[in-house]
Parts: sequence; structure tokens; C-alpha cells
Amino acid sequence: MNERKPTLATVWLDGCSGCHMSFLDIDERLLELAQKVDLVYSPLVDRKDFPELVDITLVEGAVSNEEDLKKIKKVRAHTNVLVSLGDCAVTSNIPGMRNPFGVRSIIDRAYVDTVAIPRPAPSTVIPRLLDRVRPVHEVVPVDVFVPGCPPSADAIYKVLSDLIAGHKPDGKSNLRFGA
Amino acid sequence: MPARVVTLQIDGRDVTARDDQMLIEVARESDIRIPKLCYVSGLSSYGGCRMCLVEVEGTSKLLAACTTAVTEGMQVRTVTPRLTEYRRMILEMLFAERNHVCSVCVSNGHCDMQWLAQHLGIDHIRFPYVYPNLPVDASHDRFVLDQNRCILCTRCVRVCQEIEGAHTWDVMGRGAQSLVITDLAQPWGESESCTSCGKCVQVCPTGALSEKGRSVAEMSKRREFLPYLTMMRGETGNE
Amino acid sequence: MLAEELKNIAVHEREAKAAVGACVNVCGAAGCQSLQSDALAKALVEAAAAQGYGPESCVVRKVGCLGLCGAGPLVSVEPAGIIYQRVQPSDAPDIVNALQGPPVKRINLDSKLPFFARQQRIVLENSGRIDPERLEDYIAADGYLALTTVLSEMTPSDVIAEIEKSGLRGRGGAGYPTGLKWGTVAKAIGSPKMVVCNADEGDPGAFMDRAVLESDPHRVLEGMAIAAYAVGASEGYIYVRAEYPLAVARLKTAIRLAERQELLGNGICGTQFNFRIAIRLGAGAFVCGEETALMASIEGKRGTPRPRPPYPAESGLWGHPTLINNVETFANIAPIIRRGGAWFAGIGTERSKGTKVFALAGRITNTGLIEVPMGITLRDIVFEIGGGVPEGRHLKAVQTGGPSGGCIPESFLDTPVDYETLTKLGSIMGSGGMIVMDETSSMVDVARYFMEFCMTESCGKCIPCRAGTAQMYNLLGRFVDRTATRADLAQLEQLCDLVRNTSLCGLGQSAPNPVSSTLRYFRPEYEATFATEGGE
Repeated sequence: MNERKPTLATVWLDGCSGCHMSFLDIDERLLELAQKVDLVYSPLVDRKDFPELVDITLVEGAVSNEEDLKKIKKVRAHTNVLVSLGDCAVTSNIPGMRNPFGVRSIIDRAYVDTVAIPRPAPSTVIPRLLDRVRPVHEVVPVDVFVPGCPPSADAIYKVLSDLIAGHKPDGKSNLRFGA
Repeated sequence: MPARVVTLQIDGRDVTARDDQMLIEVARESDIRIPKLCYVSGLSSYGGCRMCLVEVEGTSKLLAACTTAVTEGMQVRTVTPRLTEYRRMILEMLFAERNHVCSVCVSNGHCDMQWLAQHLGIDHIRFPYVYPNLPVDASHDRFVLDQNRCILCTRCVRVCQEIEGAHTWDVMGRGAQSLVITDLAQPWGESESCTSCGKCVQVCPTGALSEKGRSVAEMSKRREFLPYLTMMRGETGNE
Repeated sequence: MLAEELKNIAVHEREAKAAVGACVNVCGAAGCQSLQSDALAKALVEAAAAQGYGPESCVVRKVGCLGLCGAGPLVSVEPAGIIYQRVQPSDAPDIVNALQGPPVKRINLDSKLPFFARQQRIVLENSGRIDPERLEDYIAADGYLALTTVLSEMTPSDVIAEIEKSGLRGRGGAGYPTGLKWGTVAKAIGSPKMVVCNADEGDPGAFMDRAVLESDPHRVLEGMAIAAYAVGASEGYIYVRAEYPLAVARLKTAIRLAERQELLGNGICGTQFNFRIAIRLGAGAFVCGEETALMASIEGKRGTPRPRPPYPAESGLWGHPTLINNVETFANIAPIIRRGGAWFAGIGTERSKGTKVFALAGRITNTGLIEVPMGITLRDIVFEIGGGVPEGRHLKAVQTGGPSGGCIPESFLDTPVDYETLTKLGSIMGSGGMIVMDETSSMVDVARYFMEFCMTESCGKCIPCRAGTAQMYNLLGRFVDRTATRADLAQLEQLCDLVRNTSLCGLGQSAPNPVSSTLRYFRPEYEATFATEGGE
């Protein structure tokens, strides 16, 4: 490593923020990480635009709507090592549970069938849902996968430490789908 | 014909066995765990999941350890890069085939498939998910069948027929459209042949069959009864 | 029936036939029957009566398949040796009128065409010549002669030795040596033993077995009976798909007639040999053509394959030693016994003996059924016998072996047809379906078509076949939609390898063949569909 610290970004697509919570659960080791890495973009920091080039980006959440799609493509184009963090990003998980039913039927369920005075589903302001929720790697190439719902703080810490040290995680970690 | 004793090598280890034993059993006795999903000790071998494929010296074909009897001088390799890659791909296709959402599954943490994926180092699925629309049958008083989590291993079918003797379960349809069914595809709760013994639930490797009232990660299975029952009936494991 | 009686019937039949002035044969097999050959036969009878012909001077018979199915309904006139094509009931008076003169020009088909002249008929020797619903017709054509010879003059091991000498190999596709299989079942311990005829012909574009069963059912029964004698079996099953109602009806008739004459049943031909044959109908599952699935289905179980060993020869139907052969294999038995294994071994190539029946379909002028000696080139089959590709188009590939086979490109057309060379080319002999494609066919479409077939016909038992064919089908869809990437192609090839090496039965193991063979010869067609340069 030269004197420039590697940069880190985190993004949040269709997920519950649990993976970000788990990230914060690294607790006091966050201080240690902060010594080694610059957090340049995240829902946790106040910056509007994704930087020109980030060394490591953690992605939480599946690709569910047009905004997610646009965001992840941009993130991919400006990231060296893209990390799918958590089951939603890796498998589509809970957001993907709508896929068997089709987007029309879930919108009807939310905005028509279950309300007293049906109104058309919102089509402006809120990004349009994609036909199918997809895991991140089905949309853009992903370099590292960290499954788990959420991945444990230890797992996230280990993966980040490895990446910051400049090598790819060995894949032999105790990561698994689900918990 | 009385069984004879043979010696063979599994992963370089010398092993002795009866020649009517299946490879998977013999390996297990020597604490060599060959990955498996459809095989369960105490039921007939099915040979469907292909997880237990092994390489045997002298044949170019991969053989399923659950349906291959041991022979004298056999040299078996249970872990090779090729086998591991095949097992990964097969398991990944299984994850992609139906809606296996581990995080909200009753069997999260107690699932053979989830465990095997971890064991094989699977951290994502390289095949596009199929997301079929599949039913859940909660008509039974005590049990639930969730087709989304079924891997068609037919353990339930075999235990019901071979141990309980009810033959409530069977398979209908073909290919990816196959479904396990109760009676002639009647709701489980209306089945007249089901004795509600619950053996199917206990042998199910995933969360496809579970007890009612269990929440996420609460459904652990008790399989100890099976070898016991089989032994009490004086049958060997693979008849 | 004793050999003597059999001979008497044969002599009587031949004399009776010779006494008739003319014999008008109407094809009554499924292809021509679907073109109303029944009405045609009726019109011919009426026309003959109207023109003053009696039963002694003109006989109208319904016979089996005449081969050139694409030009049906077909009619042949004996002894003049005239063949008429695309005959309508309105042509009947003219045909009868021409019995004593030159043939009717507008519908006359030259019987010296290479389509007829280049064929060598053993399996189909009676096809189109005898009435499949009359036992006497078959007997007059030396039918059941082989069975009586076997029962009176040969020991079971003699029979097996003769079949071994003939070099006959299984015609169902895999080409396992028939004599060897028989020998294994004969040696197997257990009783009763079973003989099963696999008539679950399911490859798209294949109709060889159907034609044999519809045209000459007794030949199959005779072959099965000889096999039963050779291996020591007393029970037989014919597993035939329910989609072949005419074949089933004719088989039933044939079994009934043969039993009545003690050519089947108890005490066959006055000996101690008993052999009964029952028919089992398949319910439409392609996988039931796989022998272990077929046996499960006969046993009344769900038709899914099981791992081998044990092979059916050791433990087959209900655990009994079982011989399973294909229709065409059994159809070869009687001629081999009658004319000797050495005669049969003199036909064909070094390792593939005898003839093979092929069903020509697709972009070919002469659609229909042919029987050719092994070792003939694909070029001769397609261009000489088949008459080439119509509409001035060019041949692109020949698909053999159905969904388990592959596409052979034009550049390999001069390869001799036998088991080994076809395998070397990445296809298989298969049961005999041959689909000709011209330049308008997209090989990616072809591969996807066959993959769809394999996907929907997968029994679902093993994961590689059940899920792998579905994944491959979806991937091929990306090539068809032109959204594929180089990574997709790599994954497709990976899946081919996986499904081939890890599937439980032959259906799964061969399911990737249409993809891998088109990839082998037509890879640029796949690459031309890439959505973006180099893919993602």
C-alpha cells in the first residue's frame, strides 16, 4: 500500500438495511478500519454523487426497480472491487419473493385490491418496478460475494480486511445463505 | 448367497466391507462423508441427486456411491476438483430451480441443502433463478408442505412406502414440473391414507415438509428413528 | 402348428395368389391411411367389380408400408410391378382399366427409381407385400419357418451362436451386440425369464418401428418367440406407445391369430415350448423408451429409470432376468435364422452388420421409410435415395439419432453410416430418424428445439437432467433472441459437460448432443448472435 488509503463505498438497493446494520456491528473494529480506509460514499455519509473511482464498494440489496438498475450500473462503472453484500444482493432473497407472481399482481395487491377507493399505482416520483427482481450479479459483474441475511459482523470485517490488504477473500469462510 | 468380505481403497485409505454394501455406507463407516441429498440411511437408494458421484479407477463413468456396490480392489476417489465442480453446479441449479429463500425458511440452519452449499463453498448461484409459482399445502392439522423448498429427493415418498407402509406420497408430473403429492394430488389434510406419523417431515432434507407452529430456523429434524426402525425390522440398509 | 401344416398353408397361399390375375395392393399403414387409403381401397373394389373382375382375376388387398410415405396414398399392382402415387379414389376406375395394359401415366411412379432400387430390404422384406392382418400371408412369405426350424432342429445355444455369428447389434440406438445380450440372459439365474420388445418409439421424426408393426407384425412376434426359446423365457411383453393405435390393433390381431395356430401360447408347434406375449401401452413418456424406465412402467410404476447395474439381463421385470430388444432387432431374427448368420454378416461394414431402416424426413424430396445396408454413405441416402433437397436449396446438415443425436454437416456426407463413424462425428445411429435440413434452418433453433424436447421429456428424477436441460433451454433462448454473451456460451458448454457426465440415464447423458454437435460444426452461428462485442 502506498500512502493513499483505499477508498470504500457502500450502496443500498432493495434491501432492509440489515446488512448495513451488521456492518456497523463491527463495533470498535470500525475505528481500526477507519485508519485503513476512506469511506467516500454511503447512505451513512452525506455525499450526493458517486465518486469517479472507488476501490471497494459494498452493495446491499437486490435490483428491483429502474433506479436500482441505473445506480448499480453506475456504481459498477466506477468501482474496482464490487462486493455483493448479503442475501438480497447475492440471491435476490426477500425482494425476489415477488417474482413468481409477476409485477402486475403485486401492484394490484398493494394499490387496488386491498384499498377502499382504488387509485392507479404511482407511476411518477417512485421508480418503476422491474418485471423481475434480480441479484446484482445477474445485472453487472460482481467480484466478491458475501451471502448471509445478514452476513455476520465478523464475516464483513474479515472480507473487508482481506480486500483492504489487497487480496481476494479465500472463499473458505463460514458464509452461507440465510443466517 | 452369503456376503463376502472385500477390501478396497477410498481416498487412498484401505477399507474392508461386505460385498453387498453400497459404497456410500462403507465410506461413512470409515468416517468419509460423501455429499448426499436423496440418500438417507435406512431407506432404499434412489440415485437422483447425483451429489454422491465418485470416481472409480478403471471406469470413465462417474458412479453414484449410493447405488454402487463395493467390489474387491476397487479404488475410489470421493473428492476431486472435477467432482467438486460438478457438485457445485448441480447444487446451484437446485437453488435456482425453486424458491429457496433460506433467510425466511423454517429449516434455516438445519437444512441439508444449505449445509452442503456452505460445505462446497457456494457463495452465489451462477445460473439464472427460475422463480416458479408453486403452491403451499397447509391443509394438514400438524404439517405443512411447501413445494417452493422441495428438491424432489423422494425421501418422503420412500419413508412413507417403505417404513410406514402407507404410500401416501408419490410424485406427479415430469421434469421440472414434477411435484410430490399426497394420495392422488388431493390436499394433504384430506388424505385418507396418511397416518399423520410425521416420518416424511423428519426425513425431509429441507424446509419443504415442516411441523406447523415452527417459525424461521425452528424446524430441526429428528432422523434417529430411521436406522432404529430399520434395524428392528431386521432389514439391512440397502435392500 | 407343425412344420408340415405350415408348409401346406404356404404352398396353398402361393398357389392361390399365382392363380389370381392381378393383385392391387393399397397401403394401409398410418401415413397413407391418414390420407384416406381406406376409401381408396373401397373405390378400387367397386371399380374392379364394375369392370367385371371377379375374385379370381383381381384382388384388392390392404398391405403395409410401401416406403415412399411423402407420395401417398400408394398403390402397387402385382405381378406387373407397377407403383402409383398420390392416388385418389377417383383414380380407381383408371387403375383397374389399366390392369391389362400400360400403367396410368399421370400417377405412375417409376419402380426403378433409386429410391426403390438402392434399398436392400430384410426387415421390410414383407412390408407393402403382405396383408398384415392375415397370418397366411406371412406364412406364404416363409413366416414362422424360422421358428419351426429353431424348435425342431436347434438348441438354444445354437440359436445364440447363430445370432452372434450374424454380428447383429441392437437397433434401438446403442448398438449392443444382440447375441451377447441373449447369451447373458440365457446364462442368468432365475425363472421365469422375460422377453420384452421395446416399441416405445419416441424420437421426433422417427417412424421405423411403427411401420414394421403396422406392416409385418408377425415378424416381430416370431423374433420374440425365437429369442424366448434361446434365453429360456416363457413370458413376453411388447411395450408400445398408445399413440400408435393402428400398430396396437394389428399386434393384437397378430397375437390372436398366432395363438390360435399354436405359434404362440402353450405347446408351440407341438413342442413343450410355451411363450405368451402381452401388450402394454405406454402413456406418452419419452423416457419410457429407456429400458429401466420401460420395465418400471410395465410393472405399473412411475416410468423413471434406475441406475444400472443390475442390468435387466440379471434383474429386470419384477426382478427376473429380462431380455429387452427393439422392434427392428427382433424383426431381423427370422431372416438370420432362415438364411444363416454368415449371410447376414456378409452385409454391411466390419463392425456394423446387416441393414438399417431409416425414416427420412425434413427438407428431402422423398419423405419416407428406407432400408439400406450399413456402410452406405449419407450422401447416397440423401441424394440418391432421398432425391436431394427440394426447391433448389442446399443441404446444410443431417440430424440423426433424434434428441440424443446430433447434426452432421454437409462436409461429412461421404462418411459411411455405421455405429462407430456416427458416434465419432458427435451424433449417434439412434433408432433411425434422419432429418434433413437446408440453409434456411438455424442450427441454434434446431438445438433449442431438441433441448426443449429433452426438457419436457425429462422424468425429473435426477437433478442434472431435470434442471440442467431447463437451464440449457433458457440459455439457448438468449441465442435465439440475440441477447447472449460469450459468458453464456461458456456456461452452455459447461452445462453440456455436466449433464452428459452426471445424469442418471441415457436420456440425460445424451441430451446435450444436439447442442454440442451444432457447436462443433456451426459455432459461428452461435457467435453471430452475441448481443455486444465480446459480451459482458
